[in-house]
Amino acid sequence: MEFMINTFGLYFGTFLVIVGQVLLVVVLILVALAFLMYGDRKIWAAVQMRKGPNMVGPFGVLQSFADFIKYIAKEVIIPSGADKIVFFMAPMVTFVMAVVVWAVIPFNEGWVVSNINVGILYIFAISSFEVYGVIMGGWASNSKYAFLGALRSAAQMISYEVSIGLIIVGILISTGSLNLTDIVRAQDGNYGFLSWYWLPHFPMVWLFFVSALAETNRPPFDLPEAESELVAGYQVEYSSTPFLLYMIGELMSLVFMTAMMTILFFGGWLSPIPGLPDGILWFIGKMLVFFFLFSMVKALVPRFRYDQLMRLGWKVFLPMSLGWVVIVAALAQYGVPGYARWAVGG
Amino acid sequence: MAVTLKRVINNFLLKDFLSGFALGMKYFFRPKVTINYPHEKGPLSPRFRGEHALRRYPNGEERCIACKLCEAICPAQAITIDAEPREDGSRRTTRYDIDMTKCIYCGLCQEACPVDAIVEGPNFEYATETREELFYNKEKLLANGDRWEAEIARNIELDAPYR
Repeated sequence: MEFMINTFGLYFGTFLVIVGQVLLVVVLILVALAFLMYGDRKIWAAVQMRKGPNMVGPFGVLQSFADFIKYIAKEVIIPSGADKIVFFMAPMVTFVMAVVVWAVIPFNEGWVVSNINVGILYIFAISSFEVYGVIMGGWASNSKYAFLGALRSAAQMISYEVSIGLIIVGILISTGSLNLTDIVRAQDGNYGFLSWYWLPHFPMVWLFFVSALAETNRPPFDLPEAESELVAGYQVEYSSTPFLLYMIGELMSLVFMTAMMTILFFGGWLSPIPGLPDGILWFIGKMLVFFFLFSMVKALVPRFRYDQLMRLGWKVFLPMSLGWVVIVAALAQYGVPGYARWAVGG
Repeated sequence: MAVTLKRVINNFLLKDFLSGFALGMKYFFRPKVTINYPHEKGPLSPRFRGEHALRRYPNGEERCIACKLCEAICPAQAITIDAEPREDGSRRTTRYDIDMTKCIYCGLCQEACPVDAIVEGPNFEYATETREELFYNKEKLLANGDRWEAEIARNIELDAPYR
């Protein structure tokens, strides 16, 4: 930082540092995503006793890159009645929104692009915007299937965003800060993984996990896509690079959800065993564990019916998370350890 | 739909999901059943009905005597045969065409053939880039016969006890 400012001046140097940080995070995540995509397919294949992709590169690790080239090289088909500007903007919105949320994710102590004090609010705002990509895509395609798919998808994402929000409110009450770094620090205790929030907030871990699946349109809540029954829902008219953007956006928001679970409930970069050094490896390891869980869910769980999805969202998750907020607030008021740590900011 | 306490507890603790997860992990480490197709191939029955071939006798004489039984029995009417006597007086085909795009691989032609001339061999990898390449003529079928004779003869021998 000092060096850049001394070399390029205050404004341009700072600008370069910011651009460098952003590029580093985005590029690393995109590359990691390619391998996660591969891992996803391998895990799914293994459960079905298949080998999965194994042709491109050693053990097929370069499969995602081959797919990437394939998507780029394909023809972009624009439906004749489509609103071209919105049609192309929609996947970009999904992709950009999926990328920018990473700005507030602390990968390690201080390793965060933008350490803002309203990190959680920022995440709420951005993830609400992700619905726009879906609605715009479905509407601009000028196809009734895409439009119906977009409606279903949007309704689903909005329903589960509510319960995700309430789940996070419980964490916020315990922490007393909206800053993600502070949320992780608040979980730093003497008992290793027992002092993380998963224990006091245990029911919410499952709720968050399931809500994250629904929020990211992953199986078993992939009703908008439902590849064995429907066509691809709101993406039906998309091909080539716009489709790729949608796909990367969806996978990226899934990986983001694993990061959120790690930060909110499983102590971010903190070491699970007291005595071992904290660090980014713990963060990545926890994310990988959750990614594995997400992949296994995809392989194991049958798809929900739409009314079941809505019933679960509004009649089970919403009351439960709302009730939990009340319980946590009461416990925090009376200073029960684990619920009222107020370690920072309070 | 009675919601019992037991069911609520089971749902709440994700019992179904956890048992499913355990089952999934059991299969996760099972040996894979995948065959790496272009490099490994699965076993084929001697009765496998693949690409057609016209066989020859060991002395090089073609077996087909232009009886047209295959043409008559072909349910897809994929076979077209023209015949006239050769210089030596024997009856032979002048034209033997199979439209592989019409063929349904029922195997009735090889069942009908009195001299085991038309057979369906073990080859199934003959995809082409154009439709026209799948209109097989006599030269192509005889070439197939020459190419696959060893496998075809073995298959006929293996299947003989069951006929």
